[in-house]
Amino acid sequence: MENVLTAVPLVVLFPLIGALINLFFGKSLGEFGVGVVAVTASASAFVTALFMWAGLVAADYEAAVVVPPLLDAWIRIPAAGVEIPWEFRVDTLSVTMMLVVSGVGTLIHLYATGYMHGDSRFPRFFVYLNLFLVFMMLLVTGNNLLMMFVGWEGVGLCSFLLIGFWFDKAKGEGWKNSNAARKAFIVNRIGDFGVLMAVFLTFWTFGTLDFYKPGEQPISDHGYGGEEHAFVYEVAQADDEHGAEEAQGDEAEHADLSQMGIYNQAEIMFTEGGHHVSFGSVSLDFEDLMIFITLFMLLGVTGKSAQIPLFVWLPDAMAGPTPVSALIHAATMVTAGVYMMVRSNVFFYYTEFSSFIVAVVGCLTAIMAGFIALGQWDVKRVLAYSTVSQLGFMVAAVGIGAYTAAMFHLATHAVFKALLFLGSGSIIHGMEHGHHHLHGQAHGPGHEPEHDEEHAHNAPADDHGHATEHAHHEDDAFDPQDMRNMGGLRHKMPITYWTYVIGTLALAGIFPLAGFWSKDEILVDALLVGWEDGELRGYFTWLILLTAAAFTAFYMWRQVSLVFYGQPRHAAAEHAAESSPLMTLPLMTLAVLTIGVGFVNLPTDTPILGALIGEHYFADWLIHSVAHAHAGVFLWWLAILATVVALGAIFYARQIYNDDAMRDLHRDPLQALDPRASDAFRRANARLYWDEFYNKRLEQPFNRAAQWMAHRLDWAFWHDFVHERVLFRSFHLGSHGLSNTVDRRGIDQGILLLTARSVGEIARRLRRVQTGFVRIYALTVVFGTVVVVLVILLPVLRDLVGI
Amino acid sequence: MELQTTGVSIASVVLFAPLVGLIPLLFFGRLSDQQVRISTLITTLVTFGFSLLMLGSFDSADGGMQLEHIEEWIPGLGIYYHVGVDGISIWLVMLTTLIMPIAVLASWTSITERLRLYHGFLLMLETAMLGVFLSLDLFMFYIFWEISLVPMYFMIGIWGSKDKTNFFGREMEARIYAAVKFFLYTMAGSILMLLAILWLGNNAGTFDVTLISQMLRDGTLLLDTDTERLLFLGFFLAFAIKVPIWPLHSWLPDAHVQAPTAGSIILAGVLLKLGTYGLVRFNLDFFPNAAIDFAPYIAALAVIGILYGAWVSYAQTDVKKLVAYSSVSHLGFVVLGIFALNSTGVQGAVLQMVNHGISTGGLFLLVGMLYERRHTKAMNAFGGIWKVMPIYSGFALVITLSSMGLPGLNGFVGEFTILLGSANSEVISIWYTVLATIGVILAAVYMLYMFNNVFMGSVDKEENQELEDLSWRRNWYELSALIPLVILAFVIGLYPTVFFELMDGAVSNLVSHFDATLIAGR
Repeated sequence: MENVLTAVPLVVLFPLIGALINLFFGKSLGEFGVGVVAVTASASAFVTALFMWAGLVAADYEAAVVVPPLLDAWIRIPAAGVEIPWEFRVDTLSVTMMLVVSGVGTLIHLYATGYMHGDSRFPRFFVYLNLFLVFMMLLVTGNNLLMMFVGWEGVGLCSFLLIGFWFDKAKGEGWKNSNAARKAFIVNRIGDFGVLMAVFLTFWTFGTLDFYKPGEQPISDHGYGGEEHAFVYEVAQADDEHGAEEAQGDEAEHADLSQMGIYNQAEIMFTEGGHHVSFGSVSLDFEDLMIFITLFMLLGVTGKSAQIPLFVWLPDAMAGPTPVSALIHAATMVTAGVYMMVRSNVFFYYTEFSSFIVAVVGCLTAIMAGFIALGQWDVKRVLAYSTVSQLGFMVAAVGIGAYTAAMFHLATHAVFKALLFLGSGSIIHGMEHGHHHLHGQAHGPGHEPEHDEEHAHNAPADDHGHATEHAHHEDDAFDPQDMRNMGGLRHKMPITYWTYVIGTLALAGIFPLAGFWSKDEILVDALLVGWEDGELRGYFTWLILLTAAAFTAFYMWRQVSLVFYGQPRHAAAEHAAESSPLMTLPLMTLAVLTIGVGFVNLPTDTPILGALIGEHYFADWLIHSVAHAHAGVFLWWLAILATVVALGAIFYARQIYNDDAMRDLHRDPLQALDPRASDAFRRANARLYWDEFYNKRLEQPFNRAAQWMAHRLDWAFWHDFVHERVLFRSFHLGSHGLSNTVDRRGIDQGILLLTARSVGEIARRLRRVQTGFVRIYALTVVFGTVVVVLVILLPVLRDLVGI
Repeated sequence: MELQTTGVSIASVVLFAPLVGLIPLLFFGRLSDQQVRISTLITTLVTFGFSLLMLGSFDSADGGMQLEHIEEWIPGLGIYYHVGVDGISIWLVMLTTLIMPIAVLASWTSITERLRLYHGFLLMLETAMLGVFLSLDLFMFYIFWEISLVPMYFMIGIWGSKDKTNFFGREMEARIYAAVKFFLYTMAGSILMLLAILWLGNNAGTFDVTLISQMLRDGTLLLDTDTERLLFLGFFLAFAIKVPIWPLHSWLPDAHVQAPTAGSIILAGVLLKLGTYGLVRFNLDFFPNAAIDFAPYIAALAVIGILYGAWVSYAQTDVKKLVAYSSVSHLGFVVLGIFALNSTGVQGAVLQMVNHGISTGGLFLLVGMLYERRHTKAMNAFGGIWKVMPIYSGFALVITLSSMGLPGLNGFVGEFTILLGSANSEVISIWYTVLATIGVILAAVYMLYMFNNVFMGSVDKEENQELEDLSWRRNWYELSALIPLVILAFVIGLYPTVFFELMDGAVSNLVSHFDATLIAGR
């Protein structure tokens, strides 16, 4: 069974084969064939991941490093001691990611075969989707930072391709999509700058980029709650010292740090303390250098995982088809940043300053995005900001050292956010169906919503898969994603409704759904960091995240109300219909998972359920690869508090967004409430002016500077003025003064022009007169060169002839 | 010191193989246009074949010169006919022989006038460029260096664009202006190099590169600090103009925009590398102390070039000009790697020279294809090309990404290795690396700006509706020019070890005296 682990390159290979088949033969395969190939490729990756899981269990959780056949070394420079191989890593962390990515991915592939039905570039879509899996798998299975970076940028590329998938839409939509795609790539590149810098510094600090060398296991302090201990952190700390001793013992045994991966080296150097690092022009204490490395990493995380200040690309990324939003921009790619930090937990665990910043960034993002989500009308944009907010939860969890909780929330969120996005896709499909139905009979009753300023500003992308079907009423301003057009859909789309509600409740954190367990674990850990360790970041993380959780419940229930309750506000909503089984089947599967997946990691001391099911399986599993992972504990009062907060927010949302208030949505019911609420809504709706700010303060100055440099500095000044006026003119004048006797005309035009004119003359003659002159001229040049070459060759010839 | 003469080596065969192709062009009176093209293509392909043989017989374990061919030439002056390759020059030779058939293919339908002359120039240019990379005698090197100007000058001046420019109130052909500027600019830079070469030859009693290098190393030829610096600068100026290093880039946009497609490909693909190659071969090898002294300043120019080139190309409206300025940025990386003065940086720089030839050569090729269909290079004339020409755009995407440095493609490996090297450099500060890495962000900004405006968006222009995509049947020469570049982009991106392995010994030799000097200086 252990040999199974060597098959890990297959998780990359299967999607790659799928992508290549569809790339080259997609056109001839037809929709069905393409769908079968793509889904099979993804499902095979999932099955492989399952085998990896089984193999890891059989191998007693001992991680394996696998070198793929054919490709071994990637960048190897013996003279400089640089050795960066292509190596795969199978450990509990990477297998967790593999399962999440390929599991959710397969369901979304299946859904997409229904969603994209009829699109003119159906095969191309699945090429990208499979390619995305290739890179995502590389990202999570790579055994060094640079291989992870290949996946990291690769998924960014796929994200770019898929956001801009409908780049050719008419009426400016296509341009909008293309620009959203470009924005995503560029913003991510800013983050990638951070990752690259972290990689450079890491490499020269540790002399390698490998996470762990083959056969090496993480030096860990398994600090999680034993049976008697209610509070984790006591134990964690006690074990910490123990771990340090162990580490030192380890170091004594194999004193050669250079035989270790980066994380174990860091572990030892941190616990020993007093290390100094110098390379190139850098000379710093190890601890200080690690602050730089972790902060550079954090910059990368803010890009990929959409945190402040680089989150702005994610809401725009909703221009892509909905399955893409679900897979890439909610469930998997955007969690890559969290994965990287959990993978590097040793780095963050010991650098308190960086952890503090991480916690601050995560918290601010969580609350900020939660607030903006309150004021969105576009069904997908609400979810987009919700994703940003939830990623903030995960990042904050890393900031307070709750690595298990972060991964746990990553996994559960992947499931229920995928469910919600797919649900929203189903809603959009239903609305389009209704709209189409409507136009099939007669033209609509003119029940168009007012496009007020806010709405126009929101400019939601026209997101549907039926370009051709839609073409004949493109002049129609109907927007199938605008929640103001919806209402009362629960009777029209019952499966979508029920699954959506399950997803919503999970996201809001209602017992016993998945989100409850994972969110609660973050909150408990945060509180304990404050309480037990007396650290500020614990308290504020707890408080802010709890508030953000209230926001979450509120905006989600606002959405559910607007979409499913009340009366239809548009004729299209009246004629909406449930989506095809291809789409509802994944919804139901995900709903079941949403209910169940939380039980894999019940906190320590969970009453009844803990005894029934067993506790913290997930933490036990993760501990084998995440050195500083620990299990959460169950706090009665906190669980109740969180639930009450969430339920209260839901109740309050339903109060405000009642059926009466939703009849007329010229303005949001919140705006009717009181001036302050109205003001808040306006700000949320305007997305707190982030985009405007960036546009005004960064984009425009950057563009202006570029224009100035290109046209003024480089061209007008350097090219024209310095080179022509100054250099040429002074040369000209100099020669003028020297040779007054020579023909004035020649001087007037200067040496440069003289040469220029003669060439011009020659060229003109060459063009005009095809006389003997051409041949003479050509022959002169060619023969001249040949003579020179012969002179060079002379010794060779002489040698050959034997003189 | 004397050199032992040797027999003919494959290096000489590669060097003069293109000239054989001149025979039919000069003496066979009745060649049709197509026959001219085919005979040139065959010549360049055969040359490429010879260079593959050379690669095959190259011994990667040997860090010195190999496959040498030495003959006495002008014994009284210590001038030899001396050619040979080491792990550094062999890749540039390979690049040259690879780019030339592609240049011939790129001219397949775009050049219709005076074909014989044009193809004759192409072949002469190939020998000249190969001569620069293969020569191990300064005298020979200089001759090839200067000769390489002539064919390019005529290629721009005769087959360049039809644009007009305003020169001091007079309208003149823009291509003539560009050709003359290219010629004069490069000529001016070479004069000081000639002086430096003469000084060296005079004082060393030989012009042989290997001999001079050896004499400088073992102290037979001692240079005092000032002399070394002056000589360094003499060589440096010539190379800096050729690269071009900021702020000496003013000739580049003119030359690129006016040159025919093949001219741009060769210019970006190979000619600019003559400069960076010279920096490695002469400035680093001959004058290590001056290199250490000047490294921070030159690296600063390189970093400015990276950022400036990227920023300026973002504001261009002409696709070709955008790509031209991107070269300033890319070659900034190469220069930064060279003057990191450690093996990581130098190896990255050498690989990046090849990479830049592939990706920027590819970009010029792509722009040329578009130009032939639409007869414009203005970015706002396009939009939605991806929809109209999906296969072409697929290639464009790969080449664009390679130029942007996407991991898994060639550009990334080069840039990454350079930056990794510069981060560990003893002579330049880590801040150079930080700033240069920002150039990686900017690369995405300007490349995607181009890609978005040309390939994405909706097809708004009537003229773009019916553009012909690539296909084997109708335009095989376009596909066969692109495919090798794309394949190489992947090969170098995924498995660059082969390239590093071959240059490892040569680069180790080269940087060994920096290590010694730097340690001694501590």
